This record gives sequence, structure tokens and C-alpha cells, in this order.
Amino acid sequence: MTGGRDEIEALIALMARLPGLGPRSARRAVLHLISKRTQLMGPLAEAMAEVARTARECARCGNISTAAICDICEDPKRATGEICVIEDVADLWAMERGHAFKGRYHVLGGTLSALDAIGPEDLRIPDLLERIREEGISEVILALNATVEGQTTAHYIAEALEGSQVQVTSLAQGVPIGGELDYLDDGTIQAALRARKAF
Amino acid sequence: MIVELFTAGHGRHAGVVRGGASRKMAGILQPGNRVSAAWRARLEDHLGSYTLEPLQSRAVILSDRTALAGLNAVCALLRFTLPEREPHESLFASSERLFDALAEGGDWVPGYLRWELGLLEEMGYGLDLGSCAVTGSRDDLAYVSPRSGRAVSRAGAGEWAPKLLPLPLCLLGQGPASLTEIVQGLRLTGFFLGERMAPDLGDRPLPEARQRLVDLLARQG
Repeated sequence: MTGGRDEIEALIALMARLPGLGPRSARRAVLHLISKRTQLMGPLAEAMAEVARTARECARCGNISTAAICDICEDPKRATGEICVIEDVADLWAMERGHAFKGRYHVLGGTLSALDAIGPEDLRIPDLLERIREEGISEVILALNATVEGQTTAHYIAEALEGSQVQVTSLAQGVPIGGELDYLDDGTIQAALRARKAF
Repeated sequence: MIVELFTAGHGRHAGVVRGGASRKMAGILQPGNRVSAAWRARLEDHLGSYTLEPLQSRAVILSDRTALAGLNAVCALLRFTLPEREPHESLFASSERLFDALAEGGDWVPGYLRWELGLLEEMGYGLDLGSCAVTGSRDDLAYVSPRSGRAVSRAGAGEWAPKLLPLPLCLLGQGPASLTEIVQGLRLTGFFLGERMAPDLGDRPLPEARQRLVDLLARQG
């Protein structure tokens, strides 16, 4: 074993902890980075160090940002009367990719789980209710996953807002674009049939 | 991904599902769904792996707030109470019936109360509501002893009545079950689940999902 190999092995072990990478793919990635030390590895290391130093949770919505309040919350062009509630930052980025929503977000940081004993106090639900009161929100869009945990969370929030003047809506559930009925599970077909609309 | 299945022949049984975190499997691995499962392991006491095929999706429950709360309560209680790999065939059958009722959207709440009574019975904490523990009479049963879980008649209770738990008539199969009565019944089963059974299972608190269901039903009653 030559000198300095331990550091490389340590880097491979760290890379292997990333989602989607195992020990072999981490080794390939590290070898690729080393072969492009100046063009890729150096700038990547600098960018990672900078983000590690500055990244934080937006104090208002829970998005990841390098400022105390994220760009979306600070953007004056964003509609202030609508909040889209999502489970995590990955969902927020997915919504932003679609360019369909021009309001603001609230990241819960997870979903209620009966089996894992995750309750409302473990999520940013109290913060959401406070934001709705303080910011004069008129519509809450529940963009939570169509899973037992996601929909349990959606029902919980909707129930907490009952009796308020806030309109609560949720994303539609049904046949995805490009989806073929033959390949859909029966639960999706049932949901799609229930949510059918005049054509 | 390690999943836990409630099976007819082997009770609560865990195993690895390869690719279980994939999008393809996400819809199948939802609480309440029915799957066909083949379990393989080199030795009996190994964790082993599952090959799963979907049999019945109960995703329709997702849109019904109360039914979803019921589903969460059932799954949480099963996980809370059942030891691993111990068959409970009658509880499995009653759970299947309850899941079907939840998905059909009818009046499943009395069935849920009966399911909790069955769960207590299956775990060895069953209530004896056939006759009065004091007088032996089958008439005018109005209370349950918190110590023995046996019914007590109004005459048999006497001055001890304030220390006994009220017995709603719906638990005796008498008259139509109003939601208020069922909630009263759930408070009774909740007492025995929380005060008698839970301490023997490591003194953990009952799952919050059950209390959320009871609270939801109480608000609707």
C-alpha cells in the first residue's frame, strides 16, 4: 500500500454513503474525480465546502437556502395568498421544475406515521398553522404523496383548518401523463374514477 | 427495505424486499394492502427475503378521513401488540374483514369496536360480558370491573358503581349502536389496552393513532 492511499479510501467510503452509490460506483466516481483534479475535483470541493458552510433551512418555509430566508419566500412576485404544503425539499424542487405554481411553499419535513410514531409535533405543522394565521393565507394546497402517511398528514392539516376561512385543496390523483390503464394498479384506477370530470 | 407483513399462518413476520424502496413497489407496500408473499431464508431464524405480488389495493381508503384514521389505528395496534412470528389466524381474519369494510366505506365503526374486543381476547385480556361477576345475573348489566374485565349489573355494583367502568349497551349487542355509545365502548377497550395489556408489553404508551381515531369519532358523535 502506497502513502496517501488511506485518504483516498476514506473518500471512497464517504462517497459510498451517498444515495444511489455503493462501494464500487463510489470507487469509480473517486477515480474519475482524481483524473480530473483541476477541472472538476477542485471546484467541486470548493463548492461543497461553501455550501456546507452556508446552507441552512429557510426560517419561514423550511426550504434549503444559503440565506436566512430563501429566494422563494423573498420573491415579491410570488402570490402571497397561497401556500403549497409539501413533505420535503425534494418535493419543492419537483414542484418548481414544473413552473406551474407561483405561490409560496411550506416544507413539513416528513409525514405523520402511525407505525413509526411520528406525530404532528415532530413536523413543521404548528409552524404552518401559525404562518396561515399571520400571513393571511386564503388557500392551502396540499401537495403530499398519495401514500397512507401522506394522506393521513393531509387529512390532519385539513381538519386543523376546519372552521377557518382558508380554502384547503389537494393535488388530483389518477392517471399520470403517458400512463396506460393496463399498467395502473387498481387503487390508482379507483382514485381516477372517483375524481372523473366532465369532458 | 425491511417490511413487516401480518400473515395468516405466521402472524407478524418481517423480511427484506429487494427494490422495496422503488417507485414500482411504493404503491404495493402500503399499509392495508393485501399481497401474496413468498418468504425464503437459509435458516428459519434468519430475517430472509420476500417476493411479493399485489392481490388487493385498498388505496380507496386514502380519500376517507375517518376510514384512514381507522386503518392507521388497526395497523399501529397490530404492530404494538403482536409478537413476531406467532400465528393469530382469527385476528388475521377479523382484520381482513375490517380492512374490507373500511375500503367499502359503509358503517365500519361498530366493526372496529368488535375488532378491538377480539384483539383483547386474542392477547389474553378478553372481557367477560356474559353475566354479572357479583350476582351471576344476565340482566341489567351496566358496568365492567376494571380489575377483572367482567360485567357487573346495576344491582351488583351497589356503592361500588363510581369505581366501575360504564358498559355501553352496544357491547352487549342490545339496540342500535350510536356513535356516542361506540366511543364509550372504545374508551372501555382503551382502558384495558392501555392499563392492562400495555404494561405487559414493555409499558409503552398505546399508539397515538388509536387516540386520534377515538378523538375523531368523538367529534363526529
